[in-house]
Amino acid sequence: MSKFRNLSAAALLLTLAAPAQAGDFGLGRPALPEEIAAWDLDVAPDGKGLPEGSGSVEDGEEIFSANCAICHGEFAEGVDNYPKLAGGEDTLDRDDPVKTVGSYWPYLSTVWDYVHRSMPFGAAQVLTVDEVYAITAYILYSNYLVEDDFVLSNENFLEVAMPNADGFIVDDRETTELPLFSQPPCMTDCKQNVEITMRAAVLDVTPDEAAAN
Amino acid sequence: MTDRPGAPTRRGFLKAGLAGGGALVAGKAAAEGPDPLITETQPWAQMWGDGVDVTPYGMPIEYESDVIRRNVDWLTADTISSVNFTPIHALDGTITPQGCAFERHHSGAIDLPKEDYRLMINGLVETPLIFTYADLERFPRVNHTYFLECAANSGMEWAGAQLNGAQFTHGMIHNMEYSGVPLRTLLEEAGVKPEGKWIYVEGADASSNGRSIPLDKALDDCLVAFKANGEALRKEHGYPVRLCVPGWEGNMWIKWLRRVEVTTEAIQSREETSKYTDTLADGTSRKWTWAMDAKSVITSPSPQSPITHGPGPLVITGLAWSGRGAIKRVDVSLDGGKSWQTARLARPGQKMALTRFYLDIDWDGSEMLLQSRAMDDTGYVQPTKNALREIRGLNSVYHNNGIQTWWIKTSGEAENVEVS
Repeated sequence: MSKFRNLSAAALLLTLAAPAQAGDFGLGRPALPEEIAAWDLDVAPDGKGLPEGSGSVEDGEEIFSANCAICHGEFAEGVDNYPKLAGGEDTLDRDDPVKTVGSYWPYLSTVWDYVHRSMPFGAAQVLTVDEVYAITAYILYSNYLVEDDFVLSNENFLEVAMPNADGFIVDDRETTELPLFSQPPCMTDCKQNVEITMRAAVLDVTPDEAAAN
Repeated sequence: MTDRPGAPTRRGFLKAGLAGGGALVAGKAAAEGPDPLITETQPWAQMWGDGVDVTPYGMPIEYESDVIRRNVDWLTADTISSVNFTPIHALDGTITPQGCAFERHHSGAIDLPKEDYRLMINGLVETPLIFTYADLERFPRVNHTYFLECAANSGMEWAGAQLNGAQFTHGMIHNMEYSGVPLRTLLEEAGVKPEGKWIYVEGADASSNGRSIPLDKALDDCLVAFKANGEALRKEHGYPVRLCVPGWEGNMWIKWLRRVEVTTEAIQSREETSKYTDTLADGTSRKWTWAMDAKSVITSPSPQSPITHGPGPLVITGLAWSGRGAIKRVDVSLDGGKSWQTARLARPGQKMALTRFYLDIDWDGSEMLLQSRAMDDTGYVQPTKNALREIRGLNSVYHNNGIQTWWIKTSGEAENVEVS
């Protein structure tokens, strides 16, 4: 076969393949409404995605006790290293802030969404919509954010005020850090003295180090 | 799994130090006598090795059994929502072997066969779509090498020197060559509506790990990957399909990717409110701190990789990377930052990928305070930990890219320290 014929064969293939353009591969198939409903469970801060339903603090206490308290404590105060869901008010500017739903989380939507999809740990997606409303109501109560007769529903959901709703700023490194850290660096005589101020070996919490000693 | 200690014991180390002591004399040491490894015929020079049918898929030789992932029990409540660490102190070059590349799960590493895999694209699109794994392999494919660094890498070191080893202080990272389909291609197949400004991505696991990503980034360089370092993703790294979000915190690299939803606003999921938000000294917190800033660490010598050969030629080596571009330069200090010299890059830095650096010195056996300082092609220079703390305080948890110091003692042992 001549070189010329090879080239023309290649050109023909390219022409045939060319119609494939963006959005035009024809791969995949349309998603069915039932499929989208099964997987698209997320709830946005404005309440978009919340299903109809409701649950009381009273019901929530019982459901929480049965499904959640073994790790998170009867009062959502946390067991061992498992997350505390309540407490920690006014600790965010302290040495060891206690970040909980009450002290830290900006949106109630996240509580509902996360509990519904990913809790209980090890047996996720077993809670009914009303059970998730009830658990969410109980977590609010544990954080002293609602009274014990409160009933949470999709209708009053956005009325609940989260204490740290205004506690977040969008990443500001562009202005607060990048200019400062984009200066030509010092190469010689950068400082007079260097002293060791902290040593990891003193703490001695490294796994293999501990085993070796 | 192994009876070899991961880090040298003090006893083992002292022996090595004594052996090295003999080499103190300048120049080459003379042999004390003929070396039997040379003068006596060794079994491997006489008999057969393994046949080619012995190892259809090989593991590292047993003598390398300390080059493994390690876990730190006290860091998390359980091993299911937890993290382990890449043995970066023992690796070289830039590509991380998948078998010891770190893992971070929120509800364990799930087993998801290709046949059962489905990817949904929904939300603000012209046609919501379902793809099978086989569909994904038919889209035009690209290859890119990127680092994945956990947002919490070095996070335990915010308040001071704590864990003694580069594996533990800097090992929530891996760097692989990914093959896959640009996310842009899949979004265009569904047809993004003009109102779409964000995507929300989630995994097939119980934790879902949902995160919001601006549409600009999704259409720029995000990659739906199914191969890493030439082969299928490992189960623990998202088999059969994961998302790559170049330069951005590892939490956003959704594993077992099952759904991409186009939205008008960020969902503000648990993983971008309760977690992966960075609390400042005044109690306010940064959210959406996506990019991983320029960072570096000397991997050897380091606490798990001490100097055992005594004074003389010494290879100082490490890794540098930046989520904002390519590494342009790495400086190394032997005296805790009083003075610096520019190291040699093994290869020119690639965008959002690990870069290997070397500084070859003649060690005189005296103490050193080793540091490395990365610079990326935006001109950003890796800050000291104290410079970061002045701005952020001690409770940021994430995004600690401060300069690491190793105290090299006269024995050759190394320790994680902080310096003034």
